Amino acid sequence: MIEWLVELWNAVPLGVQTVIVILLQIIAIVLPLMLCVAYLTYAERKVIGAMQIRMGPNRVGFFGHRLWGLGQPIADAVKLMFKEIVIPSGANKGLFLLAPVLSIGPALAAWAVIPFDAHLVLADINAGLLYVLAVTSIGVYGVIIAGWASNSKYALLGAMRSGAQIVSYEIAMGFALVGVLMAGGSLNLGEIVRAQEGSILHWFWLPLLPLFVIYFVSAVAETNRAPFDVAEGESEIVAGFHVEYSGMAFAVFFLAEYANMILVSALTALMFLGGWLSPLQGVLPQSAFDVPVLGALLDGGIHWLIIKTAFFLYLFLWFRATFPRYRYDQIMRLGWKIFIPITIVWLLVVGVMILAGLPPWFDGA
Amino acid sequence: MGTEKILFYLFAALTVYGALMVITVRNPVKAALFLVFTFFTSAAIWLLMEAEFLAIVLVLVYVGAVMVLFLFVVMMLDINLAQLREGFVRYLPVGVAVAVAFAVMLIMLVGSDWFASVPVPPPAPAEANNTRDLGRLLYTVYVYPFEIAAVILLVAIVAAIALTLRRRTGVKYQTPGEQIAVRRRDRIRMIDMPPEEPK
Amino acid sequence: MTAFARFLKSLFLLELFKGLSVTGRYFFARKFTLQYPEEKTPLSPRFRGLHALRRYPNGEERCIACKLCEAICPALAITIEAEERADGTRRTTRYDIDLTKCIFCGFCEESCPVDSIVETHIFEYHGEERGDLYMTKDRLLAVGDKYEAQIAAARKQDAPYR
Repeated sequence: MIEWLVELWNAVPLGVQTVIVILLQIIAIVLPLMLCVAYLTYAERKVIGAMQIRMGPNRVGFFGHRLWGLGQPIADAVKLMFKEIVIPSGANKGLFLLAPVLSIGPALAAWAVIPFDAHLVLADINAGLLYVLAVTSIGVYGVIIAGWASNSKYALLGAMRSGAQIVSYEIAMGFALVGVLMAGGSLNLGEIVRAQEGSILHWFWLPLLPLFVIYFVSAVAETNRAPFDVAEGESEIVAGFHVEYSGMAFAVFFLAEYANMILVSALTALMFLGGWLSPLQGVLPQSAFDVPVLGALLDGGIHWLIIKTAFFLYLFLWFRATFPRYRYDQIMRLGWKIFIPITIVWLLVVGVMILAGLPPWFDGA
Repeated sequence: MGTEKILFYLFAALTVYGALMVITVRNPVKAALFLVFTFFTSAAIWLLMEAEFLAIVLVLVYVGAVMVLFLFVVMMLDINLAQLREGFVRYLPVGVAVAVAFAVMLIMLVGSDWFASVPVPPPAPAEANNTRDLGRLLYTVYVYPFEIAAVILLVAIVAAIALTLRRRTGVKYQTPGEQIAVRRRDRIRMIDMPPEEPK
Repeated sequence: MTAFARFLKSLFLLELFKGLSVTGRYFFARKFTLQYPEEKTPLSPRFRGLHALRRYPNGEERCIACKLCEAICPALAITIEAEERADGTRRTTRYDIDLTKCIFCGFCEESCPVDSIVETHIFEYHGEERGDLYMTKDRLLAVGDKYEAQIAAARKQDAPYR
């Protein structure tokens, strides 16, 4: 059986083989990601429930067992799949249906350059950081087109708000990334992580602390999450850009929002918290990492990246449960008048630190 | 080499199609979106030429920022198409003249011997980092043009801000920071006064 | 507080961290949620649920068709028709409560001079067809007969405070 499969594989032309391998790799990334998105919605409801002294969903389980409501996301997904996609009569049909695709496409495409481990990356390109910035900046088109194509005033207002907000915060985010690439000396995300090797103090969160905070706050704004969710603003503009969407078209927006959250959390972990590197590195003696099973757990690996990403995702939910929504002009003021000046000043500081070869971060090169 | 050529012609055809749609499609929002599409396919062609930095920056700057603002403005406009078409015939001669001049220039450039004399560079090795090479060139050989361009952009920014900077009077604008910073003594004054007898 | 201290306070997001710490603490707090079908809150004896018409212990219906409840009902949910019965007493021939109109204010119960119309502790009822929520005299009496013990106990418990 196995030999037959190998033979079949060898019969496939080389070009097609590459395409198949890449497709399989993409599936290997996207499937777990979608599962994470589903259970992120569950985690969100549970965490926010807990902070409001509630229990959150706890009824839907599997095979007659409740299992703390673990079946809830599956039930939600099935419900959304069978709902009708209503297209408003005045809507621009083609663009109306294109918008959700444009919004989820970039959210998934950016994962191509995320290194999960020292060797586990789909496309190890040199300009990885730029690629991420470029691809995430495309996501705003989904929102803007959705708002315009719906032919609804609330949707248009939401799209306007979201568009202006994302473009503004992209600048602060870009400057924060410039700091990272100065410190890492590379645009390749894997190289940036490797530059943080050493110990927990070698990670970039300490020398780049203002950039770290600004990057994460900008990421919250960029993904249109609370307290920057004026694009949805249910108290003023119903649901913003996706008022007119229903069923699976709405679900795709939802998926995109959560996939983006996971993406920016993973990016923050990679750029400021050492990605897959273990925080125990430099604390424990080298011999500890040679212990058969325990050593692999303590040493760097994909599990540390997952833990760090989960931490930032928890922060997203924590923020949402804590802060009231910003007023729109305050969002703009924060982005333009506070974040951008601070990042520019800190870029100069980073430059001085690099020139001075400040240990332990910048004495290597 | 075959696939690369096929991809080039595919993207080139898509670019031309997108560019044509930009000027022929009636709806201004759709025209802007086709322009975005054209940028994308051009970026793909640059990627084929191993200029990944330029390709990504094209997407980042033009698609991610410039066109978003463009779309923003276009969406807010209520354009009267009939009025636009009135001017078509009137401006047609000028348009044709510009188009012909442009085409002639292009043909002279592409068809010249100068282009043929440039040898096709060998494919770069896989570890070549054209971001680094570009940076090195910009900050050494082309440092003056680069800095001059930067200054011009800065002037443009200052000018744009100066255009919009005006004090408006009578706006009821709240600054939460100041509201929070208010203390009791800023608002009320405790006065000690002797009781007064009614006369 | 000087302007500089305020500036530092806002720069380091102190207020925000304070807020985060509050929600962070409540994250671990004991939850108040009641798991409804399995757990239920205790009901006050004055709880106002589904209506019932009561009888005297000898089986005679209490209602004397005074129509005070019909008069006071703010939602006009009660309809009463009365006639003289064979033994010469005044009794209702029709006593209907439209539960879809009723606002469960309890005025009918308070106005009743003979404690006939009462509101019980039943709150989990439903109607499957049109008319199921239109309580006729027979159905009201049936509810009263079925839950008399519970109704009497609740009245007795509340009696000292009335």
